[in-house]
Amino acid sequence: MSTHHTPLYRDTPLILSVSGVTKAFDGFKAIDDLNFYLEEGELRTIIGPNGAGKSTFMDIITGRTRPDVGSVTMHEKDGRDYNLAKLREFEINRRGIGRKFQTPSIYKSHTVYDNLILSLNKKRGVFATLFYRESREDRERIMEVLKTVRLDTRANDLAGMLSHGQKQWLEIGMLLAQDPRLLLIDEPAAGMSDEETERTGELLMSLENKHSLIVIEHDMEFIRQIARKVTVLHQGHVLKEGSFESVKADPEVIQVYLGRQGKRAENN
Amino acid sequence: MAPGWAVPDALPQSRRLIAQAYVMKFSTEMKKEMGILCLVTGLLMLIPLFNAVGPESGPLSVSAFQVSLWGKYLTYAVLAMSLNLLWGYTGLLCLCQSLFFALGGYAMGMYLMLMIGERGAYKSVLPDFMVFLGYQKLPLHWEPFYNFAFTVGAVLWVPGLLAFVFGFLAFRSRIKGVYFSILTQALTYAACLMFFRNDFTFGGNNGFTDFKDILGCNINSDATIRGLFIATTALMVCTYLITSGLLASKLGKVQQAIRDSENRVLFSGYSTTSFKLMIFVLSAMIAGAAGALYVPQVGGINPSAMEAAKSLEVVVWVAVGGRGTKWGPVIGAILVNFIKSYTTHAFPDYWLIIMGGMFVCVVLFMPDGIVGVYKQAKSYFARQRSLETTAA
Repeated sequence: MSTHHTPLYRDTPLILSVSGVTKAFDGFKAIDDLNFYLEEGELRTIIGPNGAGKSTFMDIITGRTRPDVGSVTMHEKDGRDYNLAKLREFEINRRGIGRKFQTPSIYKSHTVYDNLILSLNKKRGVFATLFYRESREDRERIMEVLKTVRLDTRANDLAGMLSHGQKQWLEIGMLLAQDPRLLLIDEPAAGMSDEETERTGELLMSLENKHSLIVIEHDMEFIRQIARKVTVLHQGHVLKEGSFESVKADPEVIQVYLGRQGKRAENN
Repeated sequence: MAPGWAVPDALPQSRRLIAQAYVMKFSTEMKKEMGILCLVTGLLMLIPLFNAVGPESGPLSVSAFQVSLWGKYLTYAVLAMSLNLLWGYTGLLCLCQSLFFALGGYAMGMYLMLMIGERGAYKSVLPDFMVFLGYQKLPLHWEPFYNFAFTVGAVLWVPGLLAFVFGFLAFRSRIKGVYFSILTQALTYAACLMFFRNDFTFGGNNGFTDFKDILGCNINSDATIRGLFIATTALMVCTYLITSGLLASKLGKVQQAIRDSENRVLFSGYSTTSFKLMIFVLSAMIAGAAGALYVPQVGGINPSAMEAAKSLEVVVWVAVGGRGTKWGPVIGAILVNFIKSYTTHAFPDYWLIIMGGMFVCVVLFMPDGIVGVYKQAKSYFARQRSLETTAA
């Protein structure tokens, strides 16, 4: 359908195209004719006021909800395309899309190490897991990921004992262990101290180009740190797209998003 | 189950130590576990041994009645273990465990009814209740139960198939938590009503009783009773080994991960439906096997065995013993039923109040059940000590 949305010229191949997607819940359009394109290796930040449809957008990409109209396509490196709207969550994940939830979701009664074993990119059928034996490469890969997320000294501790920030990192580590092509990260800095936030930013930036990333965030300081290209969602569609500075200076964006905070500040 | 790998030398020292600790912990724990399992089995074997060669009277004498009573407790223990596999380790509170148990029991009961032959009250080849209800010939689905091997198969596949069909529909529709519990309870209730009907060909509210032989042996002889007890112990050991084998595998880790965070598992590329379904079917088969050994030891089965309240009792056993622990369900099932045997005899009116009280106490004061008390006490004393040292 909406072919005119597809950008005509591009330097880097796309990894994800979302075109003309609409999703309504009981008549309320959470996503309204949304068009979104992500390049291979890109780090994209999505901002938008509450109810702008950010979480629904992630739900649609990961197969949790199905769009009413429109297409969600993942582009493989070999030129094949997959319609994500037809796949189930675990199938989409196996295609290489990892998702980090807003509240850390980890396996609290497993050790940090075991959390990562379960996330490795291995065969994930019932019998394959029953007869799985850990190989040396698996162990080395896990240790490497643990180092990346700075949890290598906590390998044998129960994940439930970690601090909030460490749990967030562990979940990012679990995503990395899968070696996904695209990472969707929902508010990684929520509930973190300033120092932890900055480290998280460094971690995400180090992933750029090796993986494609979509980060949803509220914390403006954090966005300033990591932002390359920013997409502003408003009422279920893209309001603006561009660099952090250009978006921040845009009067429409200020009106719907930053303006609100500004007004609140004035009232106080 | 022994770890099939050693720590690679190539790892740097710091990582090597962590990996080493992991392997060490794994194998010593395994050894300890197997030791406890052997000890428990040995102790249980004393019961039939004393019955066979022990004195006739005195504190060391064990009557045939006591052997079958303990045999019954052990079938309950296996039933509790099967629920623990679902509720304790996968987070699925299933309220149709007594249904699977009863189905296994009914399958075995059909075989035992046919083995009565013409020794029933009506001197007919048909089971008594069929003569009473005016049946001319044996219903077709009863025929294969003359064969013991078929019966053993049915004990496993009938509950297994029901669990598969029901589980497939429930898990695929993402029915979770309390809704899953309610649905399983409704299933049990529906089945119970069906089995109460006389025209369902399973003996209506009287069910099956008056068994004579099993595999050609008199079911009331001491030797058969001992044999059944030993078979039940073997089933318990098998169930234990299956459980710990699962838990040691990656599948067992996925199982517990589903309990802790099902979304994460789903978004890590696992089809949680298949995993839950597999555990559900396995647990149903174990419960069926326990039921099949329950019937000959108790001497009958009727639809009250699958009343909704029976499944809730199993939940109480597991909670009292310790949910999500390997021995908790066994200890809980035996202890609660031991108390039940005593109480229903001594104060018949108060049993339900006592059971309810136990459940409330466990939920309030012992979140990990009896098995968890040791750990609770240890952490309490550790806290006390650290308080004292800070005060001093």
